[in-house]
Amino acid sequence: MTTTLSPVLSATWGAQRPWSLSTYESHDGYQAFRKALTMAPADIVTAVKDSGLRGRGGAGFPTGLKWSFLPQPDGGPRYLVVNADESEPGTCKDIPLMMASPHLLLEGVAITSFAIGCNHAFIYLRGEVVHVYRRLLQAVEDAYEKGYLGKDVLGSGYDLDVTVHAGAGAYICGEETALLDSLEGRRGQPRLKPPFPAVAGLYARPTVVNNVESIASVPAIIGKGVDWFRSMGTEKSAGFGLFSLSGHVVRPGQYEAPLGITLRELLEMAGGVREGHELKFWTPGGSSTPLFTAEHLDVPLDYESVGAAGSMLGTRALQIFDETTCVVRAISRWTDFYQHESCGKCTPCREGTWWLKQILHRIEDGEGTREDLDTLLDVCDNILGRAFCALGDGATSPITSGLQYFRAEFEAHIDGAGCPFDPAASALFPYTPRRRPAALEGASAGTAGA
Amino acid sequence: MTTTTGKTSSEVARADLVTFTIDDVEVSVPKGTLVIRAAEEIGIQIPRFCDHPLLQPVGACRQCLVEVATPDREGNVRPMPKPQASCTLEASPGMVVRTQRTSAVADKAQHGVMELLLINHPLDCPTCDKGGECPLQNQAMSNGRATSRFHDTKRTFPKPVAISTEILLDRERCVLCQRCTRFSEEIAGDPFIDLQMRGIKQQVGVFDPGVLGFGGAEPVQVYRGAQPDGTPVDAAMGLPAQDPAGPAGQATVDTSGRPFASYFSGNTIQICPVGALTNAAYRFRSRPFDLVSTPGVSEHDSNGAALRVDHRRGVVLRRLALEDAAVNEEWISDKDRFAFTWQGMPDRLTVPHVRDTLPDGTRGELRPASWSEALDAAATGLAAARAAGGVGVLPGGRLTVEDAYAYAKFARVVLGTNDVDHRARTHSAEEEAFLAHHVAGTPMGVTFADLEKAPATLLVGFEPEDEGGIVFLRLRKAVQRHKARVFSVAPFAGRGLSRLDGTLVPAAPGTEAEVLDALAPGADGVLGQAAAALGPDAVVVVGERLAGVPGGLSAALRLAERTGARLVWIPRRAGERGGVEMGTLPGLLPGGRLVEDARARIDMGAVWGVDQLPSTPGRDASAIVAAAADGTLGGLVVGGVDPADLPDPALALRAFAQVGFLVSLEVRSSAVSELADVVLPVAPPVEKAGTFLNWEGRPRPFPQALTSTAMADHRVLAALADAMDVPLGTRTVAQVHREIDQLAAWDGARGAAPEVAYAEPPALGAGEAVLATWHLLLDAGRCQDGERFLAGTAQRPVARLSPAHAAELGVGTGDVVTVRTDRGQVSLPLVVTPMPDGVVWLPLHSTGSMVRSTLGADAGAVVRVEAARLAPATTDGKGL
Repeated sequence: MTTTLSPVLSATWGAQRPWSLSTYESHDGYQAFRKALTMAPADIVTAVKDSGLRGRGGAGFPTGLKWSFLPQPDGGPRYLVVNADESEPGTCKDIPLMMASPHLLLEGVAITSFAIGCNHAFIYLRGEVVHVYRRLLQAVEDAYEKGYLGKDVLGSGYDLDVTVHAGAGAYICGEETALLDSLEGRRGQPRLKPPFPAVAGLYARPTVVNNVESIASVPAIIGKGVDWFRSMGTEKSAGFGLFSLSGHVVRPGQYEAPLGITLRELLEMAGGVREGHELKFWTPGGSSTPLFTAEHLDVPLDYESVGAAGSMLGTRALQIFDETTCVVRAISRWTDFYQHESCGKCTPCREGTWWLKQILHRIEDGEGTREDLDTLLDVCDNILGRAFCALGDGATSPITSGLQYFRAEFEAHIDGAGCPFDPAASALFPYTPRRRPAALEGASAGTAGA
Repeated sequence: MTTTTGKTSSEVARADLVTFTIDDVEVSVPKGTLVIRAAEEIGIQIPRFCDHPLLQPVGACRQCLVEVATPDREGNVRPMPKPQASCTLEASPGMVVRTQRTSAVADKAQHGVMELLLINHPLDCPTCDKGGECPLQNQAMSNGRATSRFHDTKRTFPKPVAISTEILLDRERCVLCQRCTRFSEEIAGDPFIDLQMRGIKQQVGVFDPGVLGFGGAEPVQVYRGAQPDGTPVDAAMGLPAQDPAGPAGQATVDTSGRPFASYFSGNTIQICPVGALTNAAYRFRSRPFDLVSTPGVSEHDSNGAALRVDHRRGVVLRRLALEDAAVNEEWISDKDRFAFTWQGMPDRLTVPHVRDTLPDGTRGELRPASWSEALDAAATGLAAARAAGGVGVLPGGRLTVEDAYAYAKFARVVLGTNDVDHRARTHSAEEEAFLAHHVAGTPMGVTFADLEKAPATLLVGFEPEDEGGIVFLRLRKAVQRHKARVFSVAPFAGRGLSRLDGTLVPAAPGTEAEVLDALAPGADGVLGQAAAALGPDAVVVVGERLAGVPGGLSAALRLAERTGARLVWIPRRAGERGGVEMGTLPGLLPGGRLVEDARARIDMGAVWGVDQLPSTPGRDASAIVAAAADGTLGGLVVGGVDPADLPDPALALRAFAQVGFLVSLEVRSSAVSELADVVLPVAPPVEKAGTFLNWEGRPRPFPQALTSTAMADHRVLAALADAMDVPLGTRTVAQVHREIDQLAAWDGARGAAPEVAYAEPPALGAGEAVLATWHLLLDAGRCQDGERFLAGTAQRPVARLSPAHAAELGVGTGDVVTVRTDRGQVSLPLVVTPMPDGVVWLPLHSTGSMVRSTLGADAGAVVRVEAARLAPATTDGKGL
């Protein structure tokens, strides 16, 4: 069986100036929105429900079902908030999508807003990506000018405003309730649920929060139909998605394919692991998903199969690491990230990541003990499922899975009083580490391993 | 809310109950009850930090995790995948909860969280104020590991940050439960602290540019250490004079160097589950297990807040709030909490004093004397004074019910006079008629709970925060939780009213009565809104200041009659309501009996065992002072009265100096005792038992906290009466209570409602203005003496003028203005405030603004206002 690529979201990325409204229109842009405006809003929700589209932001919650949780209209405002705060290490799908095809997102926003009865949608963008922010702002301006947004959209009598908001750079604001607090101008920390955002979200009004890719998938579903969408992917993981390959791979980048494709197939398309090296471990969906190894090359990348194999599909951020990579070092850097980005609200994540970081650095520096490995696992156990939001759980995934597959490598760091790897060997560019392992003292600073 | 075994609740009540099990014990609780509360009901203690019953759930600390299973649609009980925080989880029917007692998962989760909380905690319990009463310490013992596996580096912060002069924050002790920040935001509404930074660097703090790393910002100001013996601390301690980050406008001028200062900040210390927040005065002073705790009642205001008085070897070291759901819930004001040092100041009177008469017959010096000598001298002097025109009695407004009763009886039975008045403040005949008609002898009417439930409250002559203390917190709860509306008839919207989302009904001083009469449905603007909101469940609150407005209380009675709203009088002082009930007023005998009513006099005469009681109403406080000054009265008996609180302090001092014979009953040496012929020392509240009657009319009894030889006023008066050969029968509290109990409720005629006409508003000449003034909660009052840390949190005294008025004078916010009368002048920085033109506001009794003493004027008086010619004295002098 060979799965082929299915460019839908990325179909126009190769066109001239794909971000411009004219290019987008020349590729049937906003036709799905025109069609949606002729439909009953409830039918749009039903179509998305029937399509089996699941949230592309990581958790995989059925998108249509989420929309249907909104209470009956009471005359007050309802909001759509697009979560564009893409900050997970390894995840890099929404930013290229908005960079190359901002109007696809806007069309999705327009259709979704119309479907759920929202007249003011927000796009909460990660603040660091100023270039994407500018492109989105331009796209919104163009869409207003052409009547896709604003009062009486396309003469339908429907009003829609879109606000693009740039965050201030906090990983926690990708958590939907922290995002809402941040959007309201408060400190970005997750809210107590219930009430869920569908009942009391932005400004305590019914709110749908969806990932960029989920919303961008909506125009195709409306335009080409539910059956077309379901023809791709698997029974429970329908459709297509962006698979972001990065790391020790010959041609890194975005590979849009039906869900259920395997890494082996994707690696073939991407030219394989860099020459002369072999796969050591990889993440199926960003750093918060438990690691996979070469034995998982044939796991179908859909929600169920990846889950059954002990990880999560997450955001399909496939970070490929070859045998030159020190797994302790990689996990230690991820843990630095979680420690730095912990919002501080709950004890397990705030204190636990601080502890994990210190233990991992000690192990990497050869100052760890065998007892530390048990402590690592137990601290992870005390964070997983005990933290306020899922971000605390994510911090434990690389550590527990890393110890599961590579315990011997951790022990080698402890017994050998330091890291046996040369960091320069795993770099894809000339690199001199700031601190070199004692064992390599005196060796020449390596160049790119390839 | 108990186990259902044998429960016989009605079916109706059952419908609102949720039945589920905790550790296999079936429990029924009202719908909406949190699991952690339900567990408490059956005696299961789940460890917690962030949870507090009076604050909204937050679920931050994760200490209270329990294992939960809930029935699905088919009724199969399915376990939830993760342990749940019991402080945020509402009980649902059929839920199966397993706490640390029956679930290994819950127990491990709790141990895990506790270990994580402790990795960055300094474990400096031996030197921490909280050690011995610390929820973290206690729960680490009960629900934590015996040893830590943490071998790495703890996060540290520089030692304490002074977040006000009163409160110090040790950030490394903090477990970030957010109780303090939630209290500030949800309860007090003055968020002077909040969370800053994130992750491991997350910390509680005031808005601090240093902490937040703003460019060029100075590092955070660090507290340099207090002297354990209480000697003066480096003046640089605490906060910079001006917050560089604070707004440059009104707020910085108005508050103590910070954009926010709180009257309720002390509560954050008490609810802190660790020793992160400590009090500057109490820090390092004692260990909880060395303290003896006695329940008490605050002597500072008429709320009767429940206190816990903690003392060690005869010295009070701190006061805490006690829980009393009906009155103060769990909150007290900083004045209630911190202002107790006045009772043990070096100027305490411990022995009686008698003034020698010099050989030439002139008055000599006061010298210590024995009780028998002092009592004899007082008896002789009072008997002579009684013969020489009579004796007036000024008991003051801070008495217990027992003491007030003794004064009322002493005046009538021993001195044979109705010249008794406890009102050391603005007062009027109209007010006494109002009290006789509406307050005296009435059962408990409007309560704290009624204030909370009232859909609308109208405040007249009552600044909710400064004059109400915890009344403000209850009003805010009404606004926050029950969407109540608050209206205030006042010259401007103060800080308190704005935090109540209140609506100002503007009124210049003296015009309140007209404004109240103008409240009519359909009237323009706020008048109409307020009138529409007032109905049978609404409450009209009148403060003691309304006594100074001719016709004000009459109009309030008319308003209540017209709208059906309930009318309540909330005075400031703790003894006001008790004095009204016990008859320390010239026209009132105990229980609302009128002096003029023969039947009432017979009633009282029977209890008091006398044939005759004086039958004509006596002089009020002002008339007593005037009669003493001009020699009409032969003598005075004065209790705890500060002459500066009387309407004319200069006249009062002259009267005390000139009156033929002056007996002073005082706790500390005072302006009165220094002029007295005989000084009889009396016990402060902490050294006596007694009962305050709060504004609700609720008795607030308290026991004696400290062992003491000092005697309460009622006992001193009994001894004095004995020396005058009249039995008073008030030697003990029990004796007084027996006598009060003999008094049946008065069923005779009540006083008639006052009908006083408005005064004409004064005509203002050029440069003149009408004075508005009232007490700030923290000011120069003698009961706040000796607590400099508390004084540091007081609002800075400022003058207020309307924008047009300020423009006319060519001054702006921050400029100094002078308010002048023929008697004197007060110069204060100006804050331009939206308020009626031609009105100037000054704090009544703050340092640099002693309105009555300096200006000889009160609210409603015409004063002259001008831009100051000279800069005022700097505020770093000894005066502050």
